[in-house]
Amino acid sequence: MGYPHKTHPRETAILSKHFGDSDARSLDGWKQRGGYRALEQALSTPPAEIVDAVKASGLRGRGGAGFPTGMKWSFMKPGDGKPHYLCCNADESEPGTFKDREIMRWTPHALVEGCAIGAHAIGAETAYVYIRGEFQEPIDQMESAVSEAYAAGILGANAMGSGKRVDVHVHKGAGAYICGEETALMESLEGKRGNPRIKPPFPAVSGLFAKPTTINNVETLVAVPHILTNGAEWYKAMSLSNPKSTGTKLFSVCGNVSRPGTYEVVLGFPFKDFLYDLCGGPQAGRKFKAVIPGGASVPIQTMEEAEATLMDYEGFVAQGTMLGSGGIIVFDDHQSMPRMIARLARFFAHESCGQCTQCREGTAWTTKILERIVAGQGTFEDLDTLLEIADNMTGKTICVLSDSCAVPVVSGLQKFRHEFEALITGRRSSTVAMGGKPSAGGSALTTGAGV
Amino acid sequence: MTTPMVNLTIEGRPISVPAGTSILEAAKVAGVLIPHYCYHPGLPVAGVCRMCLVDVENAPKLMPSCATSVAEGQVVHVHNDKSLDARKGVLELLLINHPLDCPICDQSGECELQDYTFQEGRADSRYREPKRFNPVEDFGGDVMYVPNRCILCTRCVRFMDDVHGDPVLAVAERGDRAVITTAPDAGLTQAWAGNVVDLCPVGALLSKDFLNKARAWELDRSASVCTGCSQGCNIVVETRDNAVVRLKPRANEAVNGHFMCDEGRLNYRWLNRMDRLVAPMAGGGETEWDLATAAVAATFAGKKAHVVANPSLSNEVFFLLGRIVAKAGGAIHFAVPQGSEAPLPGVEDLSLRADRAANATGAELLGAFRSDHPYAGVSGGHLLVLVDVEPSAVPAAALSAAGAVVFIGTADPSKLGRLAAALPIANVVESDGTITNLRGRVQRFLQAKAAPGHARPAWYALADVLIALGEKADYHTASEVFSALAAAKPPFAGMSFDSLGLKGTAVAGAVAGASR
Repeated sequence: MGYPHKTHPRETAILSKHFGDSDARSLDGWKQRGGYRALEQALSTPPAEIVDAVKASGLRGRGGAGFPTGMKWSFMKPGDGKPHYLCCNADESEPGTFKDREIMRWTPHALVEGCAIGAHAIGAETAYVYIRGEFQEPIDQMESAVSEAYAAGILGANAMGSGKRVDVHVHKGAGAYICGEETALMESLEGKRGNPRIKPPFPAVSGLFAKPTTINNVETLVAVPHILTNGAEWYKAMSLSNPKSTGTKLFSVCGNVSRPGTYEVVLGFPFKDFLYDLCGGPQAGRKFKAVIPGGASVPIQTMEEAEATLMDYEGFVAQGTMLGSGGIIVFDDHQSMPRMIARLARFFAHESCGQCTQCREGTAWTTKILERIVAGQGTFEDLDTLLEIADNMTGKTICVLSDSCAVPVVSGLQKFRHEFEALITGRRSSTVAMGGKPSAGGSALTTGAGV
Repeated sequence: MTTPMVNLTIEGRPISVPAGTSILEAAKVAGVLIPHYCYHPGLPVAGVCRMCLVDVENAPKLMPSCATSVAEGQVVHVHNDKSLDARKGVLELLLINHPLDCPICDQSGECELQDYTFQEGRADSRYREPKRFNPVEDFGGDVMYVPNRCILCTRCVRFMDDVHGDPVLAVAERGDRAVITTAPDAGLTQAWAGNVVDLCPVGALLSKDFLNKARAWELDRSASVCTGCSQGCNIVVETRDNAVVRLKPRANEAVNGHFMCDEGRLNYRWLNRMDRLVAPMAGGGETEWDLATAAVAATFAGKKAHVVANPSLSNEVFFLLGRIVAKAGGAIHFAVPQGSEAPLPGVEDLSLRADRAANATGAELLGAFRSDHPYAGVSGGHLLVLVDVEPSAVPAAALSAAGAVVFIGTADPSKLGRLAAALPIANVVESDGTITNLRGRVQRFLQAKAAPGHARPAWYALADVLIALGEKADYHTASEVFSALAAAKPPFAGMSFDSLGLKGTAVAGAVAGASR
């Protein structure tokens, strides 16, 4: 893994300020950059005040759902006599998403600090950071940051001399996308198979070890120290469009762009400028065709939709998709959309936990049909069948993995149906569709990969 | 504390159920069956098959009725288009990788996948891809796993985890590669593991014992009670061509929940034994019932009765034997075979009991004496009456010491040597009656097959002996004998076959736990 690109002048680097700065990884380096002042301040502040500040800041969950963080924290009732837990969801497995990885790689102490503040705010003594198993470098960074923090008395029985106990544990996942689903993550932490749980009960009532639990994304927790240091008003003021979307957001960009990478912009930033200015536009001689803006689980946008989008929670919805995790996948005119969608479906089929019938069977069936279409063996009936399977897979299962698989299929068929039809009628040869000419710089997917 | 009641409407039927009831269970009260696979009343809720999705008015999406509690004023639609379409979708998805090998599947005819597909599934499949294939596996014990038919409902996994407390089953792999698997070097050899075969809603877990033995629609079924131990698990006796081919548990929350142990389940071959006593005997040869009965009565003259009875015989039999010894003098003795205890941890007070006989409690309540040495004290002044004991188990010393020997039983008694008389009787699945389990619960068993030859129900033969002894015993059915018993014996006061029903009632002053 390499170094990040230089911050673009139109970026607002708050969380990503120290990305690429190796010295910021150590405790000393982090303290020199202002680290742990927010925690020190937080530990002497009543939890309710911290929750109120986060509420006032308008911070919303950065993992995908966009639930207001302060409100989520307010569901926890410190002093109810039960142990509380904070889980940090660092199982960043959504295709195209790698913003949390960068946070943990470069600023692991920022996450330790965020976890400690979050734990204090919800009346928890223990925070678990559940990191995706493939993230070896972030795991190493986080583990050394946590042990440094313990050695310095920042964590432990008397965190920063406050008399309060704050423990942070780093837990390595075992390579399952589904463990990024909050209840599957808790099952996995408990040592069980990572199957999502039926809700209700919600984690705030019965979460990890059946105790009240709050689960937050890495980026969400890392934003909290900045809110406490600079004030809720400062954070709330960072909004370029809708007042319900405040603060900065990290977007990780991959696919057919000139400058893939992780970018931090204030919410409401124009997507068109983001793609053409920050990311440098398409590669030479290419044209953008489509964008998946929030990780593989959100609807695909055509370029017309993408260029009209303001990058915030509401802006993406207004243009037929969702902000999601902020993992932007860009496709240019050399890509076959059916092939890309087949690959996404294959991912979901591979990662389905297999509990619910619709997901277990539907994701695999969808994949088989799509791959058959890509191989030039499709029929027009297949397209109708795909939509009906997608309908069967939507809104009927315990978690949303099933829905997530249906999303690119439905939006892809809606917006790029002509490409599917071309494959079926044979106007486009299957060898090209199957990747006979891999596109330079693009995500060179081969149909045999995966399962 | 009483649970508050909740009023709701299911399929237009207003009902009132205790708070906390699931919509699925509430629907049963309303007389509506919501199709389901993973839900089972004896297991924790999983909510994974998604078959029981129902349309609840004002809910944003379809709700899993097994995992959704009733709420005041709820209006639930089970059979509207929205719910039906969802179930159709689930059925189609369950069948895409299913081999559709019903013609060679043991579950055919009692398969919920088959039933619901016929009921509301698609007529054809749109699946054009190759089907998933996994080889058949031996899970150990009596259980065989056919993964291609499996719908991953996880009932078996939950039974072993949560009810049996021995988590040897698990789902391996993910997505459509998922299969049920056993823990390394472990199998379904536990005392109650065979229940996973009943729990499996499809033909994925099969009994090796029953494999290819009969089609479900060829079987005749009768409610009965297992006589393997003193627990008295409620069972269904399944016969084909007058032979018992399978025993299955019958739900009774007060006794066995939904389960029975493997020992009881597989212990049915003796019910079909061929070495039966099939005709009454007297004077060394076969004879008429009247003559044999008269011979038995005559043998009582001048002797006290020493009755040794099988403790699995019915209450009616012990009642009539009691009347006979009251008339002739003497006593009834019985010994209870012992085995090791094997509880089922997930169900309160359910165990394969050490007492491997069904009715020791009833026998004692009706005046018989339990003893390890039932033949002790037999002398020349005694008429030794053997009631359904195994001839090979009768000590030769007792036979030679007795003044005379009468055999009333099911097995061929030729090993016993010279008998004053022998009366052939029906076994437990060939007659009606009641037995009393260790907690004092009186439960009925019903006739499942015809008795061989001239054999009669034991109560019938004993009533005739009583009449021959000059007593009044004009009983025409087992039910009448039981009513007479209930009138004469205070612990059974007020009971009748009708009041017992098929789930039984505890005797007065029953041991705690009889009706938990």
